[in-house]
Amino acid sequence: MKTNKTGKILENEGLNSVVSSLFAIAIGLLFGYIVLLITDPSKATDGFITMIAGGFSGGGRGIGQVLYFATPLIMTGLSVGFAFKTGLFNIGASGQFIMGAVTAIYVGVHWTFLPGATHWIVALIMATLVGALWGFIPGLLKAYLNVHEVIATIMMNYIGMYLCNHIVKTTVYDASKNLSMNVAETAVLPKWGMDDIFYTHVGTFKDISTVNAGFIISVVVAIIIYIILNKTTFGYELKACGHNPNASKYAGINAKRNIVLSMTIAGALAGLGGGLVFLSGPTGRRINVVDELATEGFNGISVALLAVSNPIGIIFSALFIAYLTQGGTYLQTLDFMPEVIEIIIACIIYFSAFALIFKKLLPTISRKLRAKKEGTSMRVGSDSSVDVARPESVGDEPEQGHNDDGGVI
Amino acid sequence: MDYIIEMLNIRKEFPGIVANDDITLQLKRGEIHALLGENGAGKSTLMSVLFGMYTPEKGVIKKNGEEVKIKDPNDANALGIGMVHQHFKLVKNFTVLQNIILGVEDTSKGMLQLKEAKRKVLELSEKYGLKIDPDALIEDITVGQQQRVEILKMLYRENEVLIFDEPTAVLTPQEIDELMKIMKSLVAEGKSILFITHKLNEIKAVADRCSVLRKGRYIGTVDVASTSKETMSEMMVGHQVNFKVDKAPANPTEKVLSVRNLSVKSKDSGHKNPVNNVSFDVRKGEIVCIAGIDGNGQSELVYALAGMMPVLEGSISLNGKDITKDKIRSRNKAGLSHIPEDRHKDGLVLDYNLAENIVLKNYFVPGFQKMGFINKKKVNMYGQRLIDQYDVRSGQGIKTVVRSMSGGNQQKAIIAREIEIDPELLIAVQPTRGLDVGAIEYIHKQLVAQRDKGKAVLLVSLELDEVMNVSDRILVMYEGELVAELDPKETDVRELGLYMAGSKRGEVSVED
Repeated sequence: MKTNKTGKILENEGLNSVVSSLFAIAIGLLFGYIVLLITDPSKATDGFITMIAGGFSGGGRGIGQVLYFATPLIMTGLSVGFAFKTGLFNIGASGQFIMGAVTAIYVGVHWTFLPGATHWIVALIMATLVGALWGFIPGLLKAYLNVHEVIATIMMNYIGMYLCNHIVKTTVYDASKNLSMNVAETAVLPKWGMDDIFYTHVGTFKDISTVNAGFIISVVVAIIIYIILNKTTFGYELKACGHNPNASKYAGINAKRNIVLSMTIAGALAGLGGGLVFLSGPTGRRINVVDELATEGFNGISVALLAVSNPIGIIFSALFIAYLTQGGTYLQTLDFMPEVIEIIIACIIYFSAFALIFKKLLPTISRKLRAKKEGTSMRVGSDSSVDVARPESVGDEPEQGHNDDGGVI
Repeated sequence: MDYIIEMLNIRKEFPGIVANDDITLQLKRGEIHALLGENGAGKSTLMSVLFGMYTPEKGVIKKNGEEVKIKDPNDANALGIGMVHQHFKLVKNFTVLQNIILGVEDTSKGMLQLKEAKRKVLELSEKYGLKIDPDALIEDITVGQQQRVEILKMLYRENEVLIFDEPTAVLTPQEIDELMKIMKSLVAEGKSILFITHKLNEIKAVADRCSVLRKGRYIGTVDVASTSKETMSEMMVGHQVNFKVDKAPANPTEKVLSVRNLSVKSKDSGHKNPVNNVSFDVRKGEIVCIAGIDGNGQSELVYALAGMMPVLEGSISLNGKDITKDKIRSRNKAGLSHIPEDRHKDGLVLDYNLAENIVLKNYFVPGFQKMGFINKKKVNMYGQRLIDQYDVRSGQGIKTVVRSMSGGNQQKAIIAREIEIDPELLIAVQPTRGLDVGAIEYIHKQLVAQRDKGKAVLLVSLELDEVMNVSDRILVMYEGELVAELDPKETDVRELGLYMAGSKRGEVSVED
């Protein structure tokens, strides 16, 4: 029975996550199209195609840029997602990210005594450490003084932002552009062959994308985080704390230590992200001295939500959002206002958060459809459909018999 | 035949399970009809159908011989069906009267009219012998009195069909007697009662007829007076049940747990200490039971022993070693294992699978992990061995997410985990709460087996049958203090009840 099979697929945990994310994205895109229609109906379809084709329309360089912009999103997404798994809401990726960035730049500009490759490596390590510090403080406050991490991380965001501006202005300031200075040649991340793949020929000029080792490092880190969460005792403890702090305490797991560690690691991830983006040579980004929180931190939340906090999923959701952003910039060629692009991307991200709702909804819908198809004689073996989303029954017996012969022919 | 309520051929399904399969229940006017069944047998589902919380897939409900549709609890109320839930639905800082009229208040020009309501409540309380002070706050009255308030709520709404969902679980023996009297006076006044329970003594004491459900199916209806307890229990579980716990006399040897002058500070400031100056010993080869009414400090005492709550004064030692200030894990490593009172809150990570929950206390042991990496294969093998050995049933074996398992099997998983770490002292807090007869029998056997292996067992229980049958020594806890030390062979439920209610007080002495 084919329908039965497709139905069952939706009830599979892993696949369900993917399908529900795709669903959320589709609805987000549809909404983006509606926004385009409202703004300028005559160009809406062209615009939509441009946006969808987005990252690919810029040739090899364009794709490279997508990877480059995805790098910080992967890192902040991991930061938020990792904390989520431990039951903590890290809104502070923004501050951790920018502090990591400014540290990397400072080291990149001033610590020229470091020989060769050690320079960028040390810069990244320092960025990670300072990011970690920015997560450590809220973690400490949460664990020992019961200060909610949302409040603490928001405050750390502002402290980070103003401190960063101050450090840039006093130590690594390029006054003519109101930007941070370029880092030394030795502090720029190596290309690791990315320049041989992602470039576009403009006449005789080879226009090379900014993407570099940073993207590869971020993917490797995502895989490491996946392994930590799923294969180690440390990950086991962290997730146990996230799922049920009481049971973790009962089992003798040091919940306070884990809260601090989890926030510290989250901060380190975002901080490393800052380092990876801002050590990218002359075509890369530099810190603009304005009083604005780094958006990567907040996009990290959507990235993590869209991927349901799965580290591997985060790689893809970050790529997706970077891809849209890149596509959005091309929309300007059709005379759409840059603000409209921002609105569309915001809408898509907004709807992406529905991924979680779809995740809950899909198995129920699929089961209902299946039940209809098979008529009322839905008697399923107790092994095939013991599931989590079953409605709670009332009273003292919410868990109806899973005895061997309970309710089964 | 004069039936007030008939539920005919009711079928209710949940995904993957048929909770009620062709069940017929007929309630005569003026009878007490017991509904007997293990947990998961479908009693609550059936009552939820009657109360309008679920719509059945098949079957009809008749009131006075006429078919009715009950779509929600309001419909049920309109038909005169009322229910006393197992966990009372009362507003704690309202008075008795305010609680009774809640939802059906008489108002005039938007103002509450309490006078008439109070007169009516007093009249009802007089008529049915439900003694109550209408102006007392709910939080100030006993659990037994709170239950009377629930009953008065139904009477005030002029319900004729009264459903009691496991009403005796929270009461002392004396209060249970009182409730039985009230139930009899209610039917004498023409009410009809559906009485959900799995306690056979109570059915014998008050019920006229008894319908038995097993695994979602209807087994039969019997006349209580002419049916033995053994027959009813066999109908309920499907096989013969041994009510007496088989055990040889205890042979206690050295002290394992010594508690001296232990006090625990209340979490809310201003309240008195929930545990106050408690001293006792538990020896190898004995089961010591702490009896008492819920909320007399038992939970706090166990939390303090397990290291989950700080100790204010006094000392705890395990095998002669002072562990008063030790962390939870070091206590566990020293040989303390703990079957917690609330398996969902403390005992399990519900979103983890069965294998992951089974290693919750020893995932860090070399073998299960190497250099910080979990050895999934070994964990799964261990999990598989335990669920086979302890007969933990689940949909997908060790991969089952624990949330989807039945309460009895969740509890078995915890017991397997706690016993397999081979403790010196096993603390079991209400290990059979909410479980069916079969599971209870199994768990009691396990506790006795631990004792016979020379381990010390500390059992905390609210169930008097359990206290009397399983323990070798009983300590009664009342308002945070130990008020009696009793030998189960020389005492009875009646005497125990007096100590538990605080109306009698003895001495507990320990030798140093």
